[in-house]
Amino acid sequence: MIALVNGHFTDGSRGGMVLRGGRIADFGPHIRNDSVPEGAQIIDCEGDLLSPGLLDMQAFVGEPGGEYRETLASVSRAAMFGGVTSLLTMPNTEPCVDDPAIVDYLRRRAGEKADVRIYPAAALTKGLAGQEISEIGLLQEAGALAFTDGKKSIERAGIMRRTMTYARDFDALVLHFAQDESLRGDGVMGEGEWASRLGLTGIPWQAETIMLERDIRLVELTGARYHAMAVTNPLSLDVIRRAKQAGLPVTCGVSINHLTLNENDIGGYRTFLKVNPPLPTEDVRRELVAAVASGLIDVIVSDHYPQDVETKRVPFAEAAFGAIGIETMLSAALRLVASEDMSLSRLFEAMSAAPAKILNLPQGRIAVGAPADIIRVDLDAPYVVDALKLQSRAKNSPFDAARLQGIVKMVWVGGQLIHSV
Amino acid sequence: MTSAPLFPHRHLLSIEGLRPLEIKLLLDMADEAVDVSRQVEKKRAVLRGRTQINLFFENSTRTQASFELAGKRLGADVMNMSVANSSVKKGETLIDTAMTLNAMRPDLIVVRHAAAGAVHLLARKIDCSIINAGDGAHEHPTQALLDGLTIRRNKGRIEGLVVAICGDILHSRVARSNIILLNAMGARVRVIGPSTLLPAGIEALGVEVFRDMNEGLRDADIIMMLRLQRERMNGAFVPSTREYFRFWGLSAERLALAKSDALVMHPGPMNRGVEIASEVADGAQSLIREQVEMGVAVRMAVLEALSQHLPRDPAPRMGGAA
Repeated sequence: MIALVNGHFTDGSRGGMVLRGGRIADFGPHIRNDSVPEGAQIIDCEGDLLSPGLLDMQAFVGEPGGEYRETLASVSRAAMFGGVTSLLTMPNTEPCVDDPAIVDYLRRRAGEKADVRIYPAAALTKGLAGQEISEIGLLQEAGALAFTDGKKSIERAGIMRRTMTYARDFDALVLHFAQDESLRGDGVMGEGEWASRLGLTGIPWQAETIMLERDIRLVELTGARYHAMAVTNPLSLDVIRRAKQAGLPVTCGVSINHLTLNENDIGGYRTFLKVNPPLPTEDVRRELVAAVASGLIDVIVSDHYPQDVETKRVPFAEAAFGAIGIETMLSAALRLVASEDMSLSRLFEAMSAAPAKILNLPQGRIAVGAPADIIRVDLDAPYVVDALKLQSRAKNSPFDAARLQGIVKMVWVGGQLIHSV
Repeated sequence: MTSAPLFPHRHLLSIEGLRPLEIKLLLDMADEAVDVSRQVEKKRAVLRGRTQINLFFENSTRTQASFELAGKRLGADVMNMSVANSSVKKGETLIDTAMTLNAMRPDLIVVRHAAAGAVHLLARKIDCSIINAGDGAHEHPTQALLDGLTIRRNKGRIEGLVVAICGDILHSRVARSNIILLNAMGARVRVIGPSTLLPAGIEALGVEVFRDMNEGLRDADIIMMLRLQRERMNGAFVPSTREYFRFWGLSAERLALAKSDALVMHPGPMNRGVEIASEVADGAQSLIREQVEMGVAVRMAVLEALSQHLPRDPAPRMGGAA
């Protein structure tokens, strides 16, 4: 039994918490140094924030097949430092996660190597090829929590329709990366003035929005539970707004990169800022932040995408897409609170309670009986990011040398202290 | 005692970032280089003992020859590396190639590469001066300088002229560099082409956009035609060459819509009968051959301007202690 005292919660109220048997036994202002239950180990939180650990529902790892980029062990350490206690891994591995045996392997491997909770998402179509429905039922039995082809869109509407219809029978959550391949073409950044100035091929907003619009029509038709993995422009926000107003089972997410960086940061062809979908303009970034604040966008994800440095040390157009972010997600996101664009409670909701609800997981909230996945954060502690010192194997961080605030000082998963600085 | 260098940049990576005075300085130096080039004895010693490497990742005849001549006229040892058929094909990365070259201690490297920004990447990894000879659809600064020089020598000024850049703006580094340079020097720049060949947000670069060539040519002082790459002609961006020539080709009749003393330019190589009619290309209003001559002069000017920043051996000591 552990008693955390002298902390505060995301709503600003002060108080403490008692963890027992891997669960939250009690919490609130009455948990004080002089009132903790007999026999409890007391930890003085010195006024720091106590919140549920973050749940990142979009992390690409690399195990199996890409261990040089990231392993379950290394992503777990990165997550721990970033205050992320649960994460959903994407199935784009080698081999990909389209077989129950691989889901089983990942779960056992994560149990051995990772201190945080790792949940595999499985392929929506066999071989991520966008042609045939994967074994959604068997994969679900093996423990797959959601179904997605990662950063590959299912181009053909007929296949998407049948896949969604089938998924609905299992009440399986479909995560889709909506992007029309032919509209993306060779695009490497957002279409517009900056791309034109840099002589780079642009990707129009419509590449995302047209596919998203199609998907929403298919949700209407099939009734499947659908989550749009990346909503990054005002046209797409309109589509989501209408879908939600119509009461469809639709949710969506946005990456921390799209909320805290803009395309001007690409500057002199900085390949670590090459992500897909591409970074927004500053105006659009503000709209996305407002959409998270209002709840139109449900969740914030890290979109953690480790890349070997060799695929980034090439000209921009030839560089690979992707940025790591699980370790810096929280402190980068706290910029949005510092700039008063978002309340602390909404920010944490978007990174814990909201994804937990979408994935039907019991964590992500502070309630009696909820899993004791708790982080203690010194919100004001400043630091300078040094990409080489990040825990991930890959070092492709767009926040290298950035000045951030917010250090995760302690992390409990299931009541066990796994991290302390 | 040495005076401070006149040209403040160590590399020439783009026109963007050059101030009008710096552009003017390069054009003035190029004017002098034209005189040198027209003498019987063309050789100068500005770059004597210096090594210039022309590193071309894309095939190019005229630009490479032009840089080679320019370097040689200034006394440099010039080495051409056409990387289209070398170790880069065997998987060596751009950075490795750069490091290898760097170890050979060149003074100046002229680079052309198919990817926008590749030259910037090299400039960050290499110690010597870098000249961008074209990077993807980004910039081709010496082409814009030679175009500016050609215009200035024929019209006496750039300021106030109406310049129409016509054709495939989307894929053109020549267009980007020219838009920036001509704007900086006070010209009024128009771009003309089918919308499939115009980049998004091009207006933000300070140009007037025309889809109708007849309208766009009205009152133009300078007409700058761009090459349409063969692979873009057959349905990908425009339906056919004959349709393209019908609507965006520069015929003699169309040329008559511009000012009567309008001049025609083309960075070459031309597709006769696709973007430009032969009679126009070879006609009295054409500056196309003069552009080639100015190309050498401008590159001499750029090499000389950058050489001001090259490290020098200490002067030998004369006699005993001073």
